Amino acid sequence: MTYTANPYNLANDSDATDPRRIEPEDIRRADLPPSAPLHGAHGYPNVALPERIVSGLAGAALTTFAVTKRRDVSGAALALAGGYLMYRAASGHCPGYAALHTGTTHATTGSPTTDSPTAVIPHGQGIKVEKSFVIQRPASELFAYWRNFENLPRFMDHLESVTIQDDTHSHWVAKAPFGKTVAWDAEIINEIPDRLIAWRSTENADIPNTGSVSFKPATGGRGTVLKVNLEYLPPAGILGMAVAKLFGEEPNQQVSDDLRRFKSLMEAGEIPTVEGQPQGNKEGFTHRKPLLKTTM
Amino acid sequence: MKALCWHGKNQVSVDNVPDPKIINDRDIVIKITSTAICGSDLHLYNGFIPTMEDGDIMGHEFMGEVVETGKAVGNLAIGDRVVIPFNIACGNCLHCKKDEWSLCDNSNPNAQLPEKLYGGTPSALFGYSHMYGGYAGGQAEYARVPYGDVGPYKVPEGLTDEQVLFLTDIFPTGYQAAENCNIQAGDTVAIWGCGPVGLFAIKSAFLLGAERVIAIDWVPERLKLAQEAGAEIWDYTKGNTLEYLKEATGGEGPNSCIDSVGMEAHGLSVDNVYDKAKQLARLGSDRPHVLREAIMACGKGGTVSFPGVYGGFLDKIPFGAAFAKGLTFKMGQTHVHRYLPKLMEHIQEGRIDPSFLITHRLPLTDAPQGYKMFKEKTDNCIKVVLKP
Ligand SMILES: NC(=O)c1ccc[n+]([C@@H]2O[C@H](COP(=O)([O-])OP(=O)(O)OC[C@H]3O[C@@H](n4cnc5c(N)ncnc54)[C@H](O)[C@@H]3O)[C@@H](O)[C@H]2O)c1
Ligand SMILES: [Zn+2]
Ligand SMILES: [Zn+2]
Repeated sequence: MTYTANPYNLANDSDATDPRRIEPEDIRRADLPPSAPLHGAHGYPNVALPERIVSGLAGAALTTFAVTKRRDVSGAALALAGGYLMYRAASGHCPGYAALHTGTTHATTGSPTTDSPTAVIPHGQGIKVEKSFVIQRPASELFAYWRNFENLPRFMDHLESVTIQDDTHSHWVAKAPFGKTVAWDAEIINEIPDRLIAWRSTENADIPNTGSVSFKPATGGRGTVLKVNLEYLPPAGILGMAVAKLFGEEPNQQVSDDLRRFKSLMEAGEIPTVEGQPQGNKEGFTHRKPLLKTTM
Repeated sequence: MKALCWHGKNQVSVDNVPDPKIINDRDIVIKITSTAICGSDLHLYNGFIPTMEDGDIMGHEFMGEVVETGKAVGNLAIGDRVVIPFNIACGNCLHCKKDEWSLCDNSNPNAQLPEKLYGGTPSALFGYSHMYGGYAGGQAEYARVPYGDVGPYKVPEGLTDEQVLFLTDIFPTGYQAAENCNIQAGDTVAIWGCGPVGLFAIKSAFLLGAERVIAIDWVPERLKLAQEAGAEIWDYTKGNTLEYLKEATGGEGPNSCIDSVGMEAHGLSVDNVYDKAKQLARLGSDRPHVLREAIMACGKGGTVSFPGVYGGFLDKIPFGAAFAKGLTFKMGQTHVHRYLPKLMEHIQEGRIDPSFLITHRLPLTDAPQGYKMFKEKTDNCIKVVLKP
């Protein structure tokens, strides 16, 4: 009989006796200095949501769903029209990176430009996003995948392409409203193998931006904590309005969705989807993600 | 293919839709041989679960034959007979590795919705709204099954569809509900609801060593099955359930309580009428009458186990009672994958035959009548199995 062993116990690729031990040997301890607090001022805009639900609708989750679903349609329609911006591909201010310079570690590449990593964005004008995910893969593997920027459009929805130009320079193209694209060149301003990549846009970027991604072991060998910090300067004009409208309330959402896809890709080897499955609607199939995307 | 599609509250129909295809490399497609209607489907049918869309294919209790495998699926062959857990789980994330399959991090493409509403996403489910992933369900001729390399469980030879079909959900659900009670020799377990989940909870409580089970419902034929399973029965319309349970346990209260009713409790108690009014006015999604009663009834130091589904914000919960009595709460969608090997063995060894609760066998095309009958509990309906 082939059913004696539990076929679902996949823990045996680490230590079978301790299901919590997930490839700890692969996770290298990074000795980054303590970075900025995890939950920064921009970190968790959703915290207010349950309160909104409770106060506004006497605890009626259902009603909230229905109402917000409707309210959402304009936002989502805008998105479908191409209104989403993909600033996410972009990057941002990096507290972790800043901390590198105040800490004791000087394993940085230390080019002169790193002294003012946010200089591409005038003080106080950028939109900051910060988001973390724990991923059950070794930091080295996550780093390697990310470091090849040409991989990023696989999980960053609105990024069209990234072309690597040399060791530290790359060209980014993202989808913009009305079928247009926006583009910028980026340079890597800091890199610590398996632990940190920081970058920023160079001159004449359509969307000036800076960003960093760091990889640290989670507690107890439970995977790697990936943390992204981005700051971007929304463009002016109609494009800027679309961006502001869409991300004004929850600029974290798109980044969060992208990182979740990254996590799935790294852990499960694929990104979950229902697009193209049969459905008894007019089209006969599930043709898009639901219009509930950005807010609730 | 033909599939049972949701078109709004109390509106389902069997429609012609395209056949499912492999989308991701770990997908398989199965030809469905048997599929069932679940109490959980009634919450969708009755319109209490948000984020349903027009034409969504329902059904999460199904089994069949593998007809196509994705590139990354090496452990299944065309023609293999498999049962499909109702949870969709990747097998790679921390929760899957901890055997908490219904908490999989990776299967829900719409994770941001439960993330916001609940602060975290459970696994996706087949045919159970877009909040739970929006995956097409199995009340159909064919279904696409993601993570085909870890979800589907091969059926040993010699077992019929009807013997193993309920391994997809209700048998493991009843079992987990009982296991969550941490039953000790000599224990008395009270179980609200003698639907399929409650009936399996009764059988499982005995399998796990309970001395007495008290089963509560009002539908005569359901109470009869509960009695046949060895439970003492209580028709809650006949008196005060709390007083009855106290007296039946020498004043102690049951050692553990199982709420296998969930958000749509029946009854005319004051609190339930209030909840019903709120539900009708769409001011609340749940009627937690049984949950309240189970907490009040439970003996000191006991466990209240909730296989019954709740969706939103519940009010008037006697939390002070739970605190004062030092109760433990256990709940959640079932980790079906966890229980399959063990429960398959119980079936093979003849310790349980899950087919005992099937009352109706219908062609898939009659599914809409099946829903209506199961909802209204007419024609002694307890469990409907559909044949595509
Ligand atoms: N946790 C899980 O993974 C999981 C899986 C399957 C089902 N469920 C849930 O379990 C619950 C039961 O499912 P089912 O298929 O047995 O449904 P069902 O509708 O057939 O059974 C519910 C039973 O509860 C009885 N009932 C109603 N009000 C009652 C009350 N006040 N006191 C006592 N009994 C009462 C009904 O008469 C009925 O017999 C549902 O909420 C379902 O969604 C949960
Ligand atoms: Zn079910
Ligand atoms: Zn998983």
